Amino acid sequence: MSTYLDYLDENALPLMWCPGCGDGTILKALLGAFATLGLKRENTVVVTGIGCWGKADDYIRTNAIHGTHGRALAVATGVKAFRPDLTVVALMGDGDCATIGGNHFIHAARRNIGVTAIVANNLNYGMTGGQFSGTTPVGSRTSTSPFGHTENPFDLCRLAEAAGANFVARTTAYHFKQMGRLMVEALREPGFSLVEVVSPCPTYYGRFNKQGSASEMWRSLKERARSVGAGEAPPDDGPDAPILTGRLVNRHKPSFAERYAAVQAAAARAGEGAEPGAR
Amino acid sequence: MARTAFLQGNEAVLEGALAAGARFYAGYPITPSSEIAELASWRLPGLGGVFIQMEDEIASMAALVGAAMAGAKAFTATSGPGFSLMQENIGLAVMVEAPCVVINVMRSGPSTGLATKPAQADIMQARWGTHGDHPAVALVPASVSECFSLTVAAFNLAERLRTPVFVLSDEILGHMRERADIPDTETLEIWDRPRPAGDPADYRPYRPGPDGVPPLGTFGGPYVFHVTSSMHDERGVSANDAKTAAASIARLVGKVSRNAQLLPRPEVVRSGGGEGGTGAGKPVLIVAFGSSARVARQTMLDHPDHPLTLFRPRTLWPFPEAELSALVDGHAAVVVAEMNTGQLVGEIERITAGRRAVGLAWRSDGEIITPEEIWAAVRRTPGGDGR
Repeated sequence: MSTYLDYLDENALPLMWCPGCGDGTILKALLGAFATLGLKRENTVVVTGIGCWGKADDYIRTNAIHGTHGRALAVATGVKAFRPDLTVVALMGDGDCATIGGNHFIHAARRNIGVTAIVANNLNYGMTGGQFSGTTPVGSRTSTSPFGHTENPFDLCRLAEAAGANFVARTTAYHFKQMGRLMVEALREPGFSLVEVVSPCPTYYGRFNKQGSASEMWRSLKERARSVGAGEAPPDDGPDAPILTGRLVNRHKPSFAERYAAVQAAAARAGEGAEPGAR
Repeated sequence: MARTAFLQGNEAVLEGALAAGARFYAGYPITPSSEIAELASWRLPGLGGVFIQMEDEIASMAALVGAAMAGAKAFTATSGPGFSLMQENIGLAVMVEAPCVVINVMRSGPSTGLATKPAQADIMQARWGTHGDHPAVALVPASVSECFSLTVAAFNLAERLRTPVFVLSDEILGHMRERADIPDTETLEIWDRPRPAGDPADYRPYRPGPDGVPPLGTFGGPYVFHVTSSMHDERGVSANDAKTAAASIARLVGKVSRNAQLLPRPEVVRSGGGEGGTGAGKPVLIVAFGSSARVARQTMLDHPDHPLTLFRPRTLWPFPEAELSALVDGHAAVVVAEMNTGQLVGEIERITAGRRAVGLAWRSDGEIITPEEIWAAVRRTPGGDGR
């Protein structure tokens, strides 16, 4: 029986993240999900972009590509399209996924490529000093919205659902067990899957918005979480809005790999001499 | 079986890619390269390969890197605007040392420019388009046959050197049909990336072999590995110290120059007696590549009594500096012909180093440069009889 430690590069410790950050907790949940599924390190590929959570690959002993900002899903798509038998996971923050990489995010979901996106959403750019991102709530103070943020945030889960993802879930860094369960389900999904983890950034977002200490931010995640099916849908902005958690979408449209395998089989049957239909 | 075919340049590129073993294409349609994507979508799946049309060229280039690490010989085709978007992840491919091939069927710019007309104005973008110090390998076919053979060479170099390799075609070559010699695939020399051996626990994805190129594992194979866009040590772990950075950059840049013997050599054609020739007039060295070189051949045919030498690089980057330099002293003048406002000429002036005057025949209006324009440049260049 493997544990998360089988996937953790202990030589790389200590973690580079700030005290009170959610990323270490998310990392443990993710590696625990790998262990639950008994994933082979050889057959697992982690792809990251740039940002605090984008450094997670430094601590993971599977195959990994640490790439360019926002492009993790595009790199992951290349891996998965060529090797559909591998487990491919893209680790992104809200900057990578919802902002600079938003186009890749909606198209990965639309394409239903079998990649699991684990998005640590801390509502701002931690790595570069706390600027606003595509998920920063209206009114928030950040390094680049000193008078309050004027733009609407994305609801990443609703975006993924509308774009066509098979599996969409949200949790928070506080909800460790739920996070692990949802990650296991996401990793089993043959199509595109998203687990959004709302996570605290006490160093920047919390400090700029007077959300108190790190422990107060974690307590707030606990108190604001609303399980799906337990009542009202939350408003989609505001720093104190409830957080709808749980499995939000679970459907079974054929994945990219399934459909493309059918194309490959048909093309192989047709042989070299076949004329393409469109020509 | 070897065959003679009547093919378009873009078709020959696709044939070359398949013959070289390409099994992954990610791209975004753009004129005048789209035939390559269409043919890839048709041909790859039946070979067990994958064609994927991405959301843009940024994603296309990123997908090549992913597929390359998963074991694919991967390629894409584009033109100027798409090539611009690819620059970010061309840098990623350089840094993670992902073998892959980018075909740029050049068209007239800047921006949307003359979208259906030819140019040779992306050559400096091919050299320096992505930021930071990096090697660049760019091959420049001048015929449909070479669209095939240099695409094969591009895959071989990408594999052997673990780096992205460019094929710079243009709208003329891409859409032109002519007789092409397509050799039997069995007779082609096909190279594969250097593979790791030994205990997987000891594998270091950036530990170079004797030629400066690190063996590359395959995701899903026994060698588990980590690659990164950040500066890194041999294990692929981020390292910010100056000593590691200096060594990494030196190896990245040096792995191409130290293996220069692998690069396709230039073609040198003489007429009118050429260098030291007996024809009337002083010998002039014409430097031209791709479609412009075809036009330069016509200039030579139009003036059979004048000693002219055509130096036609097949590898534009790194430029075959020694071969060109050796020819300069035997000529009275040097003339560069290119379909841009003068990009290669600066490199030729650097290599010529003041030994001879360097003239320029250029055109940048979407029309093909003419033999007369090249001849006029020969005549007005000091030494070529412009005094």
